[in-house]
Amino acid sequence: MTGNVTLAIVAGVLIAAGVYLLTERSLTRILVGVLVMSNGVNILFLIAAGRAGDPPLLGLFNPDTMADPLPMAMVLTAIVITMAVSAFVVTVAYRSFQLNGHDEVSDDIEDRRIRELAERDDVSDSFEDISFSDTGEDRVSE
Amino acid sequence: MNNLLPVPVLLPMLGAALTLILGRRPRVQRLVSIGVLAGVVAVAATLALQANAFGPQTLWVGAWPRGFGIVLVADRLSGLMLTVAALVTLAVLLYSAGQEDDEVKKETPVSIFHPTFLLMCAGVSNAFLAGDLFNLFVGFEILLFASYVLLTMGGTGSRIRAGSIYVVVNLLSSSLFLIALANVYAAVGTVNLAQIAQRIPALPEATQTQLQFMLLVVFAIKAAVFPLSAWLPDSYPTAPAPVTAVFAGLLTKVGVYAILRTQTLLFPHRPLTELLLCVAGATMVVGILGAIAQSEIKRMLSFTLVSHIGYMVMGIALATEAGIAGAIFYTAHHITIQATLFLVVGLIQRVGGSSSLDRLSGLLVTSPLLAVLFIIPGMNLAGIPPLSGFIGKLGLLEAGVQVGTPLAFVLVATSVITSLLTLYAIAKVWNRAFWGTPVAYTKPTPEDEDELPINPSGGPMPRIMVAATFALIGLSIALTVFAGPLYEYATQAARALLNADYVTAVLGEVAP
Repeated sequence: MTGNVTLAIVAGVLIAAGVYLLTERSLTRILVGVLVMSNGVNILFLIAAGRAGDPPLLGLFNPDTMADPLPMAMVLTAIVITMAVSAFVVTVAYRSFQLNGHDEVSDDIEDRRIRELAERDDVSDSFEDISFSDTGEDRVSE
Repeated sequence: MNNLLPVPVLLPMLGAALTLILGRRPRVQRLVSIGVLAGVVAVAATLALQANAFGPQTLWVGAWPRGFGIVLVADRLSGLMLTVAALVTLAVLLYSAGQEDDEVKKETPVSIFHPTFLLMCAGVSNAFLAGDLFNLFVGFEILLFASYVLLTMGGTGSRIRAGSIYVVVNLLSSSLFLIALANVYAAVGTVNLAQIAQRIPALPEATQTQLQFMLLVVFAIKAAVFPLSAWLPDSYPTAPAPVTAVFAGLLTKVGVYAILRTQTLLFPHRPLTELLLCVAGATMVVGILGAIAQSEIKRMLSFTLVSHIGYMVMGIALATEAGIAGAIFYTAHHITIQATLFLVVGLIQRVGGSSSLDRLSGLLVTSPLLAVLFIIPGMNLAGIPPLSGFIGKLGLLEAGVQVGTPLAFVLVATSVITSLLTLYAIAKVWNRAFWGTPVAYTKPTPEDEDELPINPSGGPMPRIMVAATFALIGLSIALTVFAGPLYEYATQAARALLNADYVTAVLGEVAP
């Protein structure tokens, strides 16, 4: 199989740009990232399909010069899936905007809690300080 | 040729369409969903028995000649996974049907819960039955899409936040999956698993390594294997109890199944034992330490889920018949038990008004029944004999000792320690939530609502919810009682995986 360097470079650039956008906080930018990246991935399938050729219609063209139709079918499926993903991400972004006035993904709750605890120099809720005494009563502070 | 094969995929899809039409009639909708899932259970069990008796069942969809088109395959492994998955989804659906009307309004507010739930089942079945990589991808996408909707159901602030992280992580892993697919196709010119298995040994060493690592990373994200597990404890706990239960039980296990399938079928000569053993150990330790640090039961359980994925990866890493058999049995056990525990937490939330250990106390007095419901699966998760968790762990430990390398012994020790720490985590919940003096039921404050949605209205537990939970506990006890034949089944499944029966069954005598 011979590869196509131009297509490979284009795919690489698109995927790199897409991944960069995915690391953003705003869901709208993430959406753009997804779209760019999925196009890059689709181009990878074009490379996998090999050289361009005649339409794969039996009886009209010579099978030896036909393009490979299978990767195209996969790309079509991928495009449909990307469309559905975009619709869903747009909805989530809009709902997030409705609720918070922005569409940024916020931090993990746990991370936030730990940061606050660290600032207060406090112990976590799950910490149990057990002290045993010889009066027969064990004390558990929670 | 077996025409039963597409049924576990098609039946839930038809059910989804029907329940969508019946959106305004919730009672009929429930009946349809329950009927459909009961049908899937029956078909899945039949397939598992057929695979056991007559070897892998295959169907080239659309009657294309062998080697063209899409093939569906049910071998012993798929059959077992399919059956357990169908049983668990059925129980979870019954549980959600038992939720009272006011609760249903808050938890699963719209008529799309049933259609989405059924679509997810279709996706899971498709992933288990897929005989080619692209169909596996499609199966994953179906179940992921349904899970996006289920996770953000109701669109509250916390669910949208958790949902967006989940969506972004899965988008990334799906893109990686597509890139891996393009690479596989470019390298071997097919996406049929059996054909890939035949052609891969001819590839250069470097290409094989690349393909293997790409697939491994993709499925490790889906299965939440450390260090790719950080998304899970963050996104699961906010969803409604039935949704979390079925996610925790099934979705990660589909990832485990995919790792098991691709490792044994495509790369049997490159088991990566050392690497996978290290990863498995890290998953166990990091997961369980995270679980101990939690004071919220759902988050704690999400961390134990991550931790116990390590056991399955350990079995796969050992790549011996005993190891893989242990992993298969453990997966079946863990699907059941993790779903049960999340359902029980849903009940705890109902009775106690919260799932945070800081706000719960004395549930043993308030509801002894709930205590029984919690302690049996809790002990099973920790692996107390004679329950099924113990049997699965014992099998994995024996397999580790048989392999006998220093690293395998380290893993054996790690898994024993993880088991003990799981017991500690469960005991902590028991001490703080079930012992002590009962506290008055406090209505959740709006601040809590913001962080972790709490639903219940107090009052006694609806009978159907309790019955569904009991049914799942019954299933896990059945896994214990019938452990002999089941373990034998798992061992045979493992032997078939290692002998590559799959390739001969799919492609027949025809060599490409």
